[in-house]
Amino acid sequence: MPSQAIWLIFLLPAFSFVIIAFFVRPFVKPASKIAGYITITALAVAFVLSLWTLAEVMAASPHEIAVPEISWLVVGDLNIQVGLMVDSLTAVMLVVVTLVSLMVQIYSLGYMQHEVPDAKPGDIGYHRYYAWMSLFTASMLGVVLADSLLLLFVFWELVGLCSYLLIGFWFHRPSAANAAKKAFIVTRLGDFGFLAAILLLFAKTGTFDIAELRGLAVAGTLAGTTLTWAAIGIFSGAAGKSAQFPLHIWLPDAMEGPTPVSALIHAATMVAAGVFLVARTLPLFEHSVEALTTVAIIGGITAIFAASMGLVMTDIKRVIAYSTISQLGYMMLGLATGGVAVGIFHLFNHAFFKALLFLGAGSVNHATGTFDMRQMGGLRKVMPWTFATFLTAALSLAGIWPLSGFWSKDEILASTLEKQPLLFVLVMITVFMTAFYIFRVLFLTFAGEYKGGNPEAHGAHPHESPQVMLVPMVVLAVLAVVSGFWNVTGGFSAFMGEGETHGFFTGLFGIFTHSPLPLIALAVAGLGIFLAYAIYSAKWLSAELIGSIFKPLYTLFLHKYFLDELYENIIVRISLIGGLFAGLEQIDTNSVDGAVNGVASGTKVGGSALRKVQTGQLQLYGLMMGIGIVAIILVVYFVG
Amino acid sequence: MSFPYLTAIVFLPVVGAIIIALLGNGRPRLVKYLAAVFTIIPLLLAVILFANFDKSSAAAGIMQFAEKTSWIPTLNAFYHLGVDGLSLPLVILTTFLGVVVVLLSWKEQLRVRQYFVWLLLLETSILGVFSSLDLLLFFVFWEIEIIPMYFLISIWGSGRKEYSAMKYVIYTLFGSAFMLAGILSLYFTTGSLDMVELSQKGLGMIQTVMPAAAIFFLLIIGFAIKLPVVPLHTWLPDAHTDAPTAGSVMLAGALIKMGGYGIIRIVASIFPQVARDYAPLLLTLAVISVLYGAALTLRQNDLKRMIAYSSVSHMGFVLLGIFALGEISLTGAALQMVSHGLLTGLLFAMAGLMIHNTHERDLRKLGGLARQVPIIAVVFSIAGLGSLGLPTTSGFAAEFLIFVGSFSSTVVNGIQVFTILAVIGVVLAAGYILWMIQRVFYGPPKEQYNSVKDADVLERVYMVAFVALIMLVGIYPAILTDIIKLGVSPIVGLLGG
Repeated sequence: MPSQAIWLIFLLPAFSFVIIAFFVRPFVKPASKIAGYITITALAVAFVLSLWTLAEVMAASPHEIAVPEISWLVVGDLNIQVGLMVDSLTAVMLVVVTLVSLMVQIYSLGYMQHEVPDAKPGDIGYHRYYAWMSLFTASMLGVVLADSLLLLFVFWELVGLCSYLLIGFWFHRPSAANAAKKAFIVTRLGDFGFLAAILLLFAKTGTFDIAELRGLAVAGTLAGTTLTWAAIGIFSGAAGKSAQFPLHIWLPDAMEGPTPVSALIHAATMVAAGVFLVARTLPLFEHSVEALTTVAIIGGITAIFAASMGLVMTDIKRVIAYSTISQLGYMMLGLATGGVAVGIFHLFNHAFFKALLFLGAGSVNHATGTFDMRQMGGLRKVMPWTFATFLTAALSLAGIWPLSGFWSKDEILASTLEKQPLLFVLVMITVFMTAFYIFRVLFLTFAGEYKGGNPEAHGAHPHESPQVMLVPMVVLAVLAVVSGFWNVTGGFSAFMGEGETHGFFTGLFGIFTHSPLPLIALAVAGLGIFLAYAIYSAKWLSAELIGSIFKPLYTLFLHKYFLDELYENIIVRISLIGGLFAGLEQIDTNSVDGAVNGVASGTKVGGSALRKVQTGQLQLYGLMMGIGIVAIILVVYFVG
Repeated sequence: MSFPYLTAIVFLPVVGAIIIALLGNGRPRLVKYLAAVFTIIPLLLAVILFANFDKSSAAAGIMQFAEKTSWIPTLNAFYHLGVDGLSLPLVILTTFLGVVVVLLSWKEQLRVRQYFVWLLLLETSILGVFSSLDLLLFFVFWEIEIIPMYFLISIWGSGRKEYSAMKYVIYTLFGSAFMLAGILSLYFTTGSLDMVELSQKGLGMIQTVMPAAAIFFLLIIGFAIKLPVVPLHTWLPDAHTDAPTAGSVMLAGALIKMGGYGIIRIVASIFPQVARDYAPLLLTLAVISVLYGAALTLRQNDLKRMIAYSSVSHMGFVLLGIFALGEISLTGAALQMVSHGLLTGLLFAMAGLMIHNTHERDLRKLGGLARQVPIIAVVFSIAGLGSLGLPTTSGFAAEFLIFVGSFSSTVVNGIQVFTILAVIGVVLAAGYILWMIQRVFYGPPKEQYNSVKDADVLERVYMVAFVALIMLVGIYPAILTDIIKLGVSPIVGLLGG
């Protein structure tokens, strides 16, 4: 295929952004949906081109297409080229990004006007929304396509910018503005490590090119502490973007953004960029035991840690957000223990079912005017399509055979058991938690009696969402069922360069014959679902009673382990801004500037003192002159 | 002899100033049009220079468009102008800002004639500094700049304007006294005032007992005050905050670049060996400037003061890039000066516009303005994002070059530690910039600002120009770095990097 076609995948949404920002927004009235149509058209074409790319890459051997580079900047030894890297990893990501983005943009056409009750008609801002969404998609595709760490970093930051703009989309709400700022700053903290790693790698190797760096790591030229530090730096950037412990705190707050944004950016694509980055540079990790172990441990801890908080949240989007963090932890663990194929396969499946969960939450909000599950219930009857798709996604997330989540989660469990038996215990507990919290959401939302919704926002009479929202959800639901089949045959792993393929039915049923692990995992997940049913649907057990028995744990989870408190109040507000920086300000005004003003007033005082010497009496001047001459003579006599 | 481009560029503003001064009172519109004409022509001439500048690598280290005439023969002083890759971008930046400050002063009503006279004289003096190749001429332009700045702050300023203006003058004169001592020492030890000759022959020309390091420090104090380098920075927040908008834009945009330019052109290229010896000291000050400036920025509640302190932090990157003494890092430092001129120039222009339209500068009282002034909000945000080093803006290109260049520089030991510490400044920058944007523009709209006007046509013109240049340099930095490296490479050759 022509390389221009690959460039177009990135350029189409970029053009869409430019057209909306410079031509649509100034000249078309705000309520018009034309910006949405432009974005959707661009993405539809980009999606088709992505499929074409995928087909081409699958046909190529090895799975990679070369694209000519463009010279961008030359200073001294620094020669920066702009190029694309199109291998199997890229091809898969291209399809995921364009497909989910396309579905989300279609959904948004129906959803956006009802997102917030306090928005005025003029505020919906389709133009602004679709402009940022287009820019985001273009930047995300840039991250995926970039062939050098520098170019990747450029798009990486732009993706962060779009996330900032879209979280703060309802900027008149202080909570949204705060969440946007928090997201940007926390991810930038991670990016500090990423940038340092880029500097370190360039200083040692003189290149930013990912393929070259990977080659150097494999050849052993790039090794030892340099490699470890570089890998850990890269992981720090990835942990920021992918909300890994301890940089995860921004993602739950990011739910202040419009729900389709959460579906696209904070579930399927941008947060997965960290996982993608580690996958892209995995050879660097694989040649440093320390780095690889760090990734595994952080991934495992994040998985269980986030899931535990998901157990107690009452906001439907927040539960799904914690679920996302937890699943991203799985992916990191999968990369560290099983390699690119294992981690990315979960990313691939997760993108569809998690985006669907968010779109389902948005659909519920569309009907009830709230995200608080305590005001929901009984929606199964009035929203059958939303219920059916949500159930599909929930089963997939819980890892129920034969849905997609089962296949990728099983691979992660198997590889963890083999490489990190200790973490395996954590991960197994997480399987239970995952099934429990997502079915808690399902029962609270769809089962029982309707509790009224938000009366201020037409919530009294819930209704099914319009087709423009349902069609994307159904498409994603189908994918949540079938996307996992790609690797039932071993086809996905083989595409990523690992393992062999075998027959479909051998894989479909044979999975239970090799080891008892899949059966155990299924049983654990089933137990979680059953417990959720017992508490929230059948009400055999009282949620309040359990909450009071585990009071300390419940409080700890509900307050997110007090980490927000620690970061925002104790570290930032009290120690830094109120403490160290305030101290520096005191020094600045009192000592540094005080010295300046002190010199000035000292000169003034000295001047007025000296003025008194100028009495105008010649006798005194003569006396002084005489003393002076004598003094000089004495000095010359003794010294000279 | 070909057309004296540089003389025209440097002196046209002052010619305009003289014509305006000779006009009678009561014709403010004519004054403004004249000011516009006499700043636009230098800008166009500067663009012509840029287009005709020899960008081939053979031109490295050669002063182009040079003009040399004997000026004071007994002193061996010449009227000697010329530009190379280092100074040309700064000349273009200054002529651009010269036009902008005239446009953004279009609504000025207080003593209009006098105001524009000072503004034009200011432009001439800054351009003179960037294009002089004779130390005495350089020093004369350097000193002239103080006069218009003093009047601009003390008459058209706000707040403690007399205090700030006086502080600015005394601080600058204090620095210039050292600088003059340095220049005289150079002159008496070498007998030359020619900057090109001095840097080419270097220390070989110094023949007396006066140690080179002493001259180095005499010179650098004056430049360090202007840049500014902590702890010599306290004039800057006061002057920037209390100056009128045009004054702040000129100060932050062009004037403080004279410090960085002087350090590269005079200090580092004439004393490469001393620069290497004392690089750790200056790098320490650079890192302190970056972090200390950023920390103090986070403590400010005044819109302009916040931007002013952020300048201290950003100019610390320039010092880092210079004293890392590598080719890439020096190129980055030179690019950062241009980039900061554009970004902070735009930030001050927007802040001035906000203060003018809302009559409020306290960040605690502003808020929710994104809905009332969407255009200003967008442009302010772009400038802010550039300032925190977002890719596709000039800020990223410049800071990234500084970081890469410094980290991989082989001239100074331990440079990696300094670089990484300075990179923390970028994280803090994200903090203060986003916080500033949030405090001004986000949150619920406030009723008292409902009638606040957004940017008018004239203001949109310069906003678009600023944003276009910021993005141009950000997306295709080679447009400047291809020139800058011609000016930097001979200096690097002297430094042995």
